[in-house]
Amino acid sequence: MIYDPSWIAVFVFFTFVGATVGLSFFLGRKAKSSAGYFAAHGQIPWAVNGIAFAGDYLSAASFLGICGMIASYGYDGFLYSIGFLAGWIVALFVIAEPMKRLGRFTFADALDAKFDSRGIKAAAGASTLVVSVFYLIPQMVGAGSLIQPLLGFPHWVGVVLVGIVVITIVVTAGMVSTTWVQFLKGSLLVVFSAVLVVLLLGRGFVAQPDAFESIGPIPVAGLNQAEIAGRRVLPATDGWQEHDDLVRFSRSDDVGFDLFHVQPAGEAQVILRQAQAIRRTSDGAMIDGAPLGREATQKELKPVGTLTKLPDGQSETGPLGPVSFFNTLGESEVVLWRNMTVEHEDETKSTVYFQKLTPGNEVLRPGEHPKFAGIRSDEPGGKLNFLSLMLALFCGTASLPHILIRYYTVKDGAAARKSTIVGIASIGFFYVLTLYLGLGAMTSGSMDLTDSNMAAPLLARSISTWLFAIISAIAFTTVLGTVSGLILASSGAVAHDILVGVVGMKLSEAKKVRVAKIAAVVVGAIAIVLGILFKEMNVGYLVGWAFSVAASANLPALVMLLFWKATTKEGIVASVLVGMISSLGWILLSSDTYKSVYGWDPELAYAPFSQPGIVTIPLAFATLIVVSLMTKPKAAAA
Amino acid sequence: MSSLTDTQRSNARLGLWLFAVYLVLYLGFVLLSAFAADVMERPVLAGLNLAIVYGFGLIVGALLMALLYGMLCKSEPLDESSHGSTSQAATAGDEAQGDLA
Repeated sequence: MIYDPSWIAVFVFFTFVGATVGLSFFLGRKAKSSAGYFAAHGQIPWAVNGIAFAGDYLSAASFLGICGMIASYGYDGFLYSIGFLAGWIVALFVIAEPMKRLGRFTFADALDAKFDSRGIKAAAGASTLVVSVFYLIPQMVGAGSLIQPLLGFPHWVGVVLVGIVVITIVVTAGMVSTTWVQFLKGSLLVVFSAVLVVLLLGRGFVAQPDAFESIGPIPVAGLNQAEIAGRRVLPATDGWQEHDDLVRFSRSDDVGFDLFHVQPAGEAQVILRQAQAIRRTSDGAMIDGAPLGREATQKELKPVGTLTKLPDGQSETGPLGPVSFFNTLGESEVVLWRNMTVEHEDETKSTVYFQKLTPGNEVLRPGEHPKFAGIRSDEPGGKLNFLSLMLALFCGTASLPHILIRYYTVKDGAAARKSTIVGIASIGFFYVLTLYLGLGAMTSGSMDLTDSNMAAPLLARSISTWLFAIISAIAFTTVLGTVSGLILASSGAVAHDILVGVVGMKLSEAKKVRVAKIAAVVVGAIAIVLGILFKEMNVGYLVGWAFSVAASANLPALVMLLFWKATTKEGIVASVLVGMISSLGWILLSSDTYKSVYGWDPELAYAPFSQPGIVTIPLAFATLIVVSLMTKPKAAAA
Repeated sequence: MSSLTDTQRSNARLGLWLFAVYLVLYLGFVLLSAFAADVMERPVLAGLNLAIVYGFGLIVGALLMALLYGMLCKSEPLDESSHGSTSQAATAGDEAQGDLA
């Protein structure tokens, strides 16, 4: 799709970002000591901290990725919402108060509270860095996706822009301003998502059976003719011959071709439904055989997301309630889009998007997404992949370093508990909204085929330009908030855990803060590069991986330390390292990474399924127990 | 864990009980989705299918249980607060609860 930058959007956007940065400068003047820089002196009120949890946690992935996945595949994206929220139960009931009691600035502090071991500081510091960087990637990718339609810049400009703004926020300010920035965007995000859902329900559904052309039904024999329905068929050459379910017609104006996908329609009959192809060449993109653009000789991909039928043959429903929204959709027919790849002789590829008419009740159940389709088959790998992801989401939240450090910004255990409850309330409310937003985007007629991450902002645009500008700006500041938290957590790991705790550098308070700021700049730069490299992937999926690594590396050590007296420091170090390395290695060897990151054949991948959690989390637990038993101190029988 | 106060111990026990309850609910959802995907399609309430009702239920349930935990957790007199600090990392409990006392 081609996006027209709108002045309203630019204006709203810069107002938001300007206000955010200004606020952080203003608040940051006070944070000079390391207690101020890393933990805001423990003086943040619990209610503010609770909303800031939401601002920290509801990242670009929650907003853009989940909505995008629901918009493309239905209910499956909502599985992430459920898992992400369930993880908070672990955080509240098991982790919150001990974390507050044991630590000072970082997650490593808590793990190390009993032992004062360099090994633990090193392992925990390293895992904080790895998890934070992994979590940073999707945030940066999301930022790049947003900037494109909003301001008309290419993807990488968005990534660089976020990087620079965030580094500025973190370096000038530290935890105080990061907290207030997160508070601000957490509340804005929840409020405006609610507004969007209300408007969406007020609009209802519209049936657009003719949004895309179709030909037929015709007899199967009619396919192999020079003409179909009076239109001349182009000979299938240059890779198109490999796909006998695709038909190209020549056009009278000679601008590219018209592409159709052949679909079965009853006995010996087929129907041809319009498809869209994008071919990426060194001279730019070609849409259905014509250059991308708005001129008469050019073409662009049409926005998608339509309903072909509403219940009882209605053409529009009018306002709907929160329950009738689902009931109506369940009895309608939705056009989803799937894609296939055509390989051409000059080694370029076309991605062909074709329609998949889907009964509405199928988008309201789990199992439509190819990555979750395993739950509808008898193949054990697919089921394991699903179980593994749900386990990682459940265990991951309570082990994310940027969430854990937020427990140090309040004054005591009770405040930690109360702010978690506020966090659960606002985050849970938001996740309920994601299902409406995603399904609303699915039927909004404004989806971009090439970028599922844009579903929620484009849904807003289908309602009003102002709303689009506001939602995009909020999403962008959401990225800023989460990224600041992550970079702060990483810089704490470098300065506090690794340099002071492991290397043994004697740093004054002011110097420690300066080192942390330098670390923040370096981590920010790494995040920028990775954000550009991982451009193509759905950000929700990427976040699933960050959760897997966090859950495998951090959670077993944390839980066992709290509940098993015989845990030794060697056990903790081994568990963190084994969990981190095994989950990371698994992801790097999985078929998804082969396909989307390296561009290799996914069949060659070593990992049997993509999500490591179900293997690596128990592995880390087992490692801790075995190593602890082997290194048990002889004198004191624990 | 003898160095924990009674209040800390009872709060921790409460947390673990609630955690266990939620774990069962979550497991039920995940296992149903994985092994009985068809069951999730059945309409159960006001025409909504089980997937939606159970999913929303897990979110609302998390909030209700969080509130319950917040209400049932006992506050602790200030003078006992030092007991917990030297104990090994044990279970959930409060160290200083001045604002609730």
